[in-house]
Amino acid sequence: MKQNNNKAHKFGMVIDLDKCTGCGSCMVSCMSENNVPFKEDESNKKDSITWMRVYKLTNGKSFPDTEIAYLPRPCQHCGGKGDHGHSPCVSVCPAVATDYGYDTGIVSQIYTRCFGCRYCMGACPYHARYFNWWDPKWPEGMENYLSPDVSPRMRGVVEKCSFCYHRYQAAKDTAYYEGRDDIEEHEYQTACATACPAGAIVFGDLNNPAHQVHQIVKPDPHPDPRNKHIVGKSRNPKVFRLLERLGTNPKVYYLSEREWVRKQGDNYLDGEWDKIKNYHGASSHD
Amino acid sequence: MKVDRRSFLGLGLGAVAGVAVSPIGIKLTDDSSIWSQNWPWTPVPVDGEVTYESSVCSLCPGSCGLSVRKIDDRPVKIEGLAGHPVNGGGACLHGISGLQYLYDPARVKTPLKKNGDKFEEISWDDAIALVAGKLADIRKSGSPEKLACIADKEQGSVSGLFQRLLKTFGSPNFYTMPSLESYLELTAEVLHGEGMTIGFDLENSDFVLSFGAGIIEGWGSPVNCFKANASRKERHAKLYQIESRLSNTAANADKWIPIKPGTEADLALGLCAVILENKLFNSMAVANFRGGLNKLAAALQKNYSPSKTAEITGVKVSDIEKMATLFAKAKMPVAVFGKGRGDGAQSLKELAAVHTLNCLVGNINKKGGAFVQLKSDYLEFPDESMDSIADAGFAKNKTGRYVSQLIEKVNESSKPVVEALFVYNANPCYSLHDAKSVKQAVGKVPFVVSFSSFLDETAKEADIILPSHTFLERLEDVPSGAGLAKTVVGLTKPVSQPVFNTKNPGDAVILIAKALEGSIAQSFEWESYDECLESVAGGIWDSLSEDGYAIISEGIPSGFVAVNVSYLADNPATIQAQGDDELILIPIDNMRLINAGIAASPFAIKTVSDNVLKGSDSVVEINPLTARGLKDRGYATLTTPIGKARVMINLNEGMMPGVIGMVKGLGHTLNTKHMSNKYVSNKGINVNDLIGPVIESGSGLDAAFGIKVKIFKA
Repeated sequence: MKQNNNKAHKFGMVIDLDKCTGCGSCMVSCMSENNVPFKEDESNKKDSITWMRVYKLTNGKSFPDTEIAYLPRPCQHCGGKGDHGHSPCVSVCPAVATDYGYDTGIVSQIYTRCFGCRYCMGACPYHARYFNWWDPKWPEGMENYLSPDVSPRMRGVVEKCSFCYHRYQAAKDTAYYEGRDDIEEHEYQTACATACPAGAIVFGDLNNPAHQVHQIVKPDPHPDPRNKHIVGKSRNPKVFRLLERLGTNPKVYYLSEREWVRKQGDNYLDGEWDKIKNYHGASSHD
Repeated sequence: MKVDRRSFLGLGLGAVAGVAVSPIGIKLTDDSSIWSQNWPWTPVPVDGEVTYESSVCSLCPGSCGLSVRKIDDRPVKIEGLAGHPVNGGGACLHGISGLQYLYDPARVKTPLKKNGDKFEEISWDDAIALVAGKLADIRKSGSPEKLACIADKEQGSVSGLFQRLLKTFGSPNFYTMPSLESYLELTAEVLHGEGMTIGFDLENSDFVLSFGAGIIEGWGSPVNCFKANASRKERHAKLYQIESRLSNTAANADKWIPIKPGTEADLALGLCAVILENKLFNSMAVANFRGGLNKLAAALQKNYSPSKTAEITGVKVSDIEKMATLFAKAKMPVAVFGKGRGDGAQSLKELAAVHTLNCLVGNINKKGGAFVQLKSDYLEFPDESMDSIADAGFAKNKTGRYVSQLIEKVNESSKPVVEALFVYNANPCYSLHDAKSVKQAVGKVPFVVSFSSFLDETAKEADIILPSHTFLERLEDVPSGAGLAKTVVGLTKPVSQPVFNTKNPGDAVILIAKALEGSIAQSFEWESYDECLESVAGGIWDSLSEDGYAIISEGIPSGFVAVNVSYLADNPATIQAQGDDELILIPIDNMRLINAGIAASPFAIKTVSDNVLKGSDSVVEINPLTARGLKDRGYATLTTPIGKARVMINLNEGMMPGVIGMVKGLGHTLNTKHMSNKYVSNKGINVNDLIGPVIESGSGLDAAFGIKVKIFKA
């Protein structure tokens, strides 16, 4: 295989919560793309497998000052402390069923290696992982729409969002076939990003300054001086990550003009938010 | 050897230690888990060549372009079609779930005939012969007008064939279900004259004043609206949402103006009054008003002064004056009507009052305004051949103006008003108000033919079901309407072989017509529906078949548009909710559910929040102030003059006090003795079982925006 000398990719996403309408297209596009099953009652959300889940946020005020926002949550593809690839889930997996891709920044999940201990689910601060308590079952004939790109999972394994890794593979195959070294931004897009009717989800390579996601996020090239475990903090004052202070270094960023929405990205003690809300890492005053 | 206590314990402990140290336990567990994970019923999808085919979605009036990914002959994924003039990439969750409709084992797989209380399979030939025989009998008896048809819409060639069949048969009784397009045409007719329709240039407007239109709740052409809304920030355009509930649109808007349910018309007239009083109108536009502008102005000054309007609507006087000024002074304002998705009950007073705002500020046929133009008539059907029975029957009056009046007439009369009923792409027994009485009316019709792909609530009442292809299996022209600024006709193409023994409904109609012989058969001289479409689409067929769509009109329509305000000048009454209780129940449109005929797909149902559906319970939204002792996630009983239901409570600060909100699109009852549809059926309550129709005098529309309700802890 031809070695490419390009810098490693770091695929990531930025979701504009002011554009997101909570319509659910991303969730369904994901389910359809990745052969996610369904069962009779999906209203118990704890056992409802949704690689992409849209949460509803409210500002907690009473009528008529109430506000609503929606927050789509795929796997955050954490880089772990210092962005060295020690994601919370990868660190605890005893079977190397989930691993960090240093060339892509994608956290993988290999179903046939997983034996269902669910340590990763306990370790994930984002509830992005789901356990198959039952074998998937499609109504007679519906297996016909299953895609061969993603294997259906069996009972007893954990599954989660893969950033549609098979689409990356397909794009790489095409590029290789056409004699190109690398893929274009538009060639590799996740199913949720392509489905979003509001254009709220932007996907691309955070390491590539030409990509839209880089331009919106403006990731800080230096570790955060206040907490050296945090890498790639956004220098855009409207952009935040979920539970950023844990140092998990998610590659999913969120964008909102509304302060109350940004504040919901973490839990803050009284007065804490006011101290840090205008802090955007080492280069925040560049 | 003697087994004493010591050696027994020693042996026992040794065995335990041995098993614990040996890998056999772990090995067996591992083996069994691997073995059980490899049980053959986890499907292995077959690989093959990847191709993409484009088509158009017809699940809703949105008419979005779709790209279907196929593995060999098997469609596996639906996505939005990039570059399509309606949606331009992006798709809604229902379109993406299309394959779950295609492969659904609960579809009607072959023609069915009702025998007693169960359906029997019959062949297509027998089914067509049966229908034609029954129709011939009705025709012979001399009252061909007693054949009625309820379809989803008037536009398009399949609907055109149904209308043609009725006309040549001799019946004027063709009805459509209420839709945004039908309301747009009615509003245009009242204010501008017959044969017109209205579109809204949302993507260019800089001030959208929405009277409850769920711009991101599925109103109009949903994906197009999502896009126009998402670009608002970059365009510095404002959206003001007037609605009783903090819907997603209200939450996304620049300002949410809560209003007492059912008083939107009053607020619109109040705004008109401010604009007239303060001379904020466009004098050029107003100079052309007909039908008594002075009379209207006088009536408005009298009945809709800001303080009176504030009293009626609950909106502050300052907000009313500010809104009117902002709207009138904006460069490209547009006022948008059609509560929720715009396909529920609406009052003509409200539609006309809101559109009068557009007329007053002179944004008709201006960039970013409301586009008023002639309905597109792109199909060229040849003249029908009519015999004397057809002429006489067709000349008679329709039984009712709208479908709700037809239902009322059938229920009231002791003799059959309708002898035979065709139902195509519609599910009145689910989606009209007081669904139970609709079902009763349909039950009274001696012969009901359903063309449904699914055994829905209306199909279950049918005597014959002639199952249709889904939109993924058939050719059809799909005109956009639904308030789009441009008119695009898309071509739905078969991306899959028919999965079951179904037909294109156009073909079914042609076969029935041919079996009826005589002048009816002469009016249907096509070999097949596909041939018919190619010939009637005439001028646009080439672009339809080559590009997948044809743009009929685009850009700002030219020409003078007359405005006649006589309807409003007569000061029509505002609709009141049925009942005497204090609280009011309103339906909620939720993007993740479908409230037209079909049920939402299993995927879509899966995405529905547990604050909307929990197990098989509908969850209603209620403000904590109104809840009085009811607990969040607790149960309560709702009682309206129409029905009663047990529901779960969701205390919600986004709900106006005094109002209870219940989602539309749940409570389908699709199970039969032989076929369970557990993924989408028997989930929650159909809100139409709780709300009854209220007919607006003058327009004849069912305008029930809600109903008075009692709530008690259950």
